[in-house]
Amino acid sequence: MNNMLEIENLCVNYGNTPALQNVDLVVEEGEFLGIMGPNGGGKSTLLKAMLGLIKPSEGTIRFTTGTDGKQKRIGYVPQFAVIDRRFPITVKEVVLSGHIIPGLHPFFKYSKEDERDTMMQLERVGMADLADRHIMALSGGEFQKMLIARALAVQPELLLLDEPTASVDAMSREQIYRLLGELNREITIIMVTHDMMAVSSNINKLACLNEKLVYHGEPELNESVVNKLYGCPVELVAHGVPHRVLKEHEGGHCEC
Amino acid sequence: MLEALFTYRFLQNALIAGLLASVVCGIVGVIIVEKKLIMMSGGIAHTAYGGVGFGYLIGIEPIIGAFLFSVASAFGVGYVKRKGSVQSDVLIGLFWSLGMALGILFIALTPGYPPDMNSYLFGNILSVTRSDLYLMIVLTVIVVAVITVFFQLWKVYLFDDEFSQIIGIRSTIMEYILLVLVALTIVVLIRVAGIILVLALLTAPAASAGLFSKNLKSRMILAIGFGMLFCISGLAVSYVLNIASGASIVIISVVFYFIASMIKGVLFK
Repeated sequence: MNNMLEIENLCVNYGNTPALQNVDLVVEEGEFLGIMGPNGGGKSTLLKAMLGLIKPSEGTIRFTTGTDGKQKRIGYVPQFAVIDRRFPITVKEVVLSGHIIPGLHPFFKYSKEDERDTMMQLERVGMADLADRHIMALSGGEFQKMLIARALAVQPELLLLDEPTASVDAMSREQIYRLLGELNREITIIMVTHDMMAVSSNINKLACLNEKLVYHGEPELNESVVNKLYGCPVELVAHGVPHRVLKEHEGGHCEC
Repeated sequence: MLEALFTYRFLQNALIAGLLASVVCGIVGVIIVEKKLIMMSGGIAHTAYGGVGFGYLIGIEPIIGAFLFSVASAFGVGYVKRKGSVQSDVLIGLFWSLGMALGILFIALTPGYPPDMNSYLFGNILSVTRSDLYLMIVLTVIVVAVITVFFQLWKVYLFDDEFSQIIGIRSTIMEYILLVLVALTIVVLIRVAGIILVLALLTAPAASAGLFSKNLKSRMILAIGFGMLFCISGLAVSYVLNIASGASIVIISVVFYFIASMIKGVLFK
């Protein structure tokens, strides 16, 4: 298996406050990595550093180039809270924007091919019938799936998602996890999430982040990792769902 | 009224100035309303006052001074905001007052009788000269061209600048260009509505258009139409009642917006 991405001794500071310290992480091709951790634990920071949106204070992030020596194409699904949902634009136009050619192309118009691909991506996420809808009129889950379609329009080899299931209803969440599982057959995926349920979804590697990389390995949380991560034992049994998040849970007593 | 329009050169100039202002207002106004850059634009506008004073002090056309100061402040605001160490509304507040203070200082330092600054503060569309018009035409053409020629690029950037950066669009450069376009727009508008009243002209047509259109392009076109309506009717009121043109245009714009949003609220509850 080839490596997709190698992170070595990554440190990121915001002013004097460290957000990430000495993170070493290797992501293999074909992996579906889930990154978990508490709020402010540096999950989004790590993702942004991978995307080149934030400059590391120390360390390196290296993407291995493909056989053709070209840079790997990255698709990105941001946290949807950061996007203005009243912007005057339709679903189709948003997904089309993944096809824009950067640089100065006067009077740029999307090609027929772009349009066709856009409809295909919308089909893939199950939103083809909503193509002409204004984004204002989308539910949280639909909005998220639209953002995934836009990321796919870039034809990525690596897909990065920042909390794709935050403020999404249970059914859409299931759909999104299933969709990501399917996409993972061709695309390497890194997903930041808050959702403990994700552990029992299709992810096949787990990284736990709380300023430092606390755990990296099989997608099973054990108590010592969770304690390190959240600072106290947390009840990890998902209610009403036939999955257990913790492999083994001995009724610990909270000391915090 | 119409007869007077054909007879008097100054009325013709005023009308053309109003139409040009509507075009830039419509386009740039929609963008700054969407991007929530209204207060930033206010800051850039007020810095222009310093430029007007500077123009009088060193003996160049004051509007050129205003142009230089607003462009410089656009770059300044953009740069400091990028650095991220200062909260941007703190910065806007500082630029806002500093520009005004510099204007007062420069006027005080200018030898001779102090010039009349009211027309820069509140606008006087009836005093627009030929050379003002030429400058306005050039700036309007630049603004319209930069937006329309790269319209799709702007749309991607405006919707989600982070994503645009990731797919290789130079979003930092786009942000600077946008701020400069705002500065150019303000220079076009100073003659019509004045530094203090500029904000209403930037927001009212765009916000009114936003009530009726869910498409970026048609929203801009509609905003241009509203702007023209406001400018022409404001100009007529100003001529007939002999009151300041900037004030009449702004009052009409704002009243129109409130009535339109109320009607919309009643119709589409």
